[in-house]
Amino acid sequence: MLDDFFTRALIAGVGLALVTGPLGCFVVWRRMAYFGDTMAHSALLGVALSLVFELNLMIGVFLVAALASLALLFLERRGALSTDALLGILSHSTLALGLVMVAFMTWVRVDLMGFLFGDILAVSRLDIAFIYGGGAAVLALLVMLWRPLLAATVNTDIAQAEGLNPGRSRFVFMLLMAAVIAIAMKIVGILLITALLIIPAATARRFAGGPEMMAVLAALIGAASVIGGLIGSLEFDTPSGPSIVVAALALFVLSLVPSPLPQPQQGKTADHATEDRS
Amino acid sequence: MLEKNTAAERAPETLVEMHNAGVFRAGRWLVRGVDLAVRRGEIVTLIGPNGSGKSTTAKTAIGVVKPSEGHVHRARRLKVGYVPQKVTLDWTLPLSVERLMTLTGGAEPTAIGAALEAAGIAHLARRQVQALSGGEFQRALLARALLREPDLLVLDEPVQGVDFTGEVALYELIRNIRDRIGCGILMISHDLHIVMADTDTVICLNGHVCCRGAPQSVMGSPEYQKLFGARAAEALALYRHHHDHTHLADGRVRHADGSVTDHCHAEDGHHHDHTDGDHAGHAHKAVKGEPHAR
Repeated sequence: MLDDFFTRALIAGVGLALVTGPLGCFVVWRRMAYFGDTMAHSALLGVALSLVFELNLMIGVFLVAALASLALLFLERRGALSTDALLGILSHSTLALGLVMVAFMTWVRVDLMGFLFGDILAVSRLDIAFIYGGGAAVLALLVMLWRPLLAATVNTDIAQAEGLNPGRSRFVFMLLMAAVIAIAMKIVGILLITALLIIPAATARRFAGGPEMMAVLAALIGAASVIGGLIGSLEFDTPSGPSIVVAALALFVLSLVPSPLPQPQQGKTADHATEDRS
Repeated sequence: MLEKNTAAERAPETLVEMHNAGVFRAGRWLVRGVDLAVRRGEIVTLIGPNGSGKSTTAKTAIGVVKPSEGHVHRARRLKVGYVPQKVTLDWTLPLSVERLMTLTGGAEPTAIGAALEAAGIAHLARRQVQALSGGEFQRALLARALLREPDLLVLDEPVQGVDFTGEVALYELIRNIRDRIGCGILMISHDLHIVMADTDTVICLNGHVCCRGAPQSVMGSPEYQKLFGARAAEALALYRHHHDHTHLADGRVRHADGSVTDHCHAEDGHHHDHTDGDHAGHAHKAVKGEPHAR
């Protein structure tokens, strides 16, 4: 079964989506989309450095993405520039540094397009093993970290006061993001990773009644996007990574269509609570 | 449990203690020279104008903010229940009232039901938090904090957004919590008249501890007794004394008539009849006779 490149692509993509969905929920809840983008862009610097030091690509990308997030924490503490500006600086300078370094390495032939936009049709059995092994580890850590991370997302002070150590969960969360970016790079590419984190989660919001449900739905919606995108790319001969993102976008747009079924009233409930009681 | 109670009766355990604590951020002291202690079964209320360091003091007490000077000592394995002044939830996070209850720790469904019942929002259990009114959300946060059965309950303006009847009910609920689980309560309030009767110590902050006193001493004053029963609102006005002087950035003091001096006058604000309200805590002594010291 794994002999067929298309099947391998499907299995790899679905495995990735099952991880990016739940993780992406936190990216959306914590408004970290640009942060995820920055970490992803730093991945190209990771690629260049792993080529220089002859490291495994995934390890190099993971290390550089983790370093980029630490650099951000450090710069934020110094407080000279806004987080927004710092992200802009880190994001584009790491991408540019990576591109410049790759250009210097005339002795290696680097498929830049493959790194920027992914090449899911080229995944090997070993890649699949990495995706499922790494993905399972990331999901397991996320489950273990769920309560403190969610509490810190709702209110950092409550989490801190009630002994949940929000600083540590934030740090581990960043490492998880770096790991997912390292795993995902080959599939959707550096420029489109954030899409797979954010779009399925945003689509799931409409249908979710609780955070856990939203995480599961985001995983499923992501998997559906991968399947739809890959089939579409085969059908219309379009690049696979972008096709997956387009499929995710299509599902998101569908989720915006008002449902014909009556919705439970949730939006405006007015301030008559205290009147109820008296 | 029985043993614990008798022990508590002998000498109430000190849950949190602050000695001369101060917090310096972004080039200025948010609050300085705070001494306070909360014991088991005790209610300590912080009052003071906006920006007087009430929230900072409470956060320092529970370790959310690190003090820049002085010491904060908390009892070992202190279980804190915290209701912050402001909680904003992103719309993208779907969260029902029921789910909010187990945010920082697990709980039995029956206990959740009881906590929501006690806070008067049992009918809202399945409602999304974003769809609650300000008062309902405040009750939900309170229910969440008390569900933990904490040793120390820290409430930052717990009745904000709640109307008068609801306010009375919430204060009653807070007192009941204290009586039932025997926790200590550190509360920030801008309305004092209702909690007063149950508060053991009132500490008034204005960047430093202005004054402190047992409310009983306030209640003992004839003016207070005259006003308390019939016109609770007037009683509030009595204790919510006006700060008729402002501490300037350079340490000098501007008075209501516009004059500026190097230190407070004896007849300055909050020097009204608290009977034995502890004005020794008024911390300007260091400045006296030493103009421009700070």
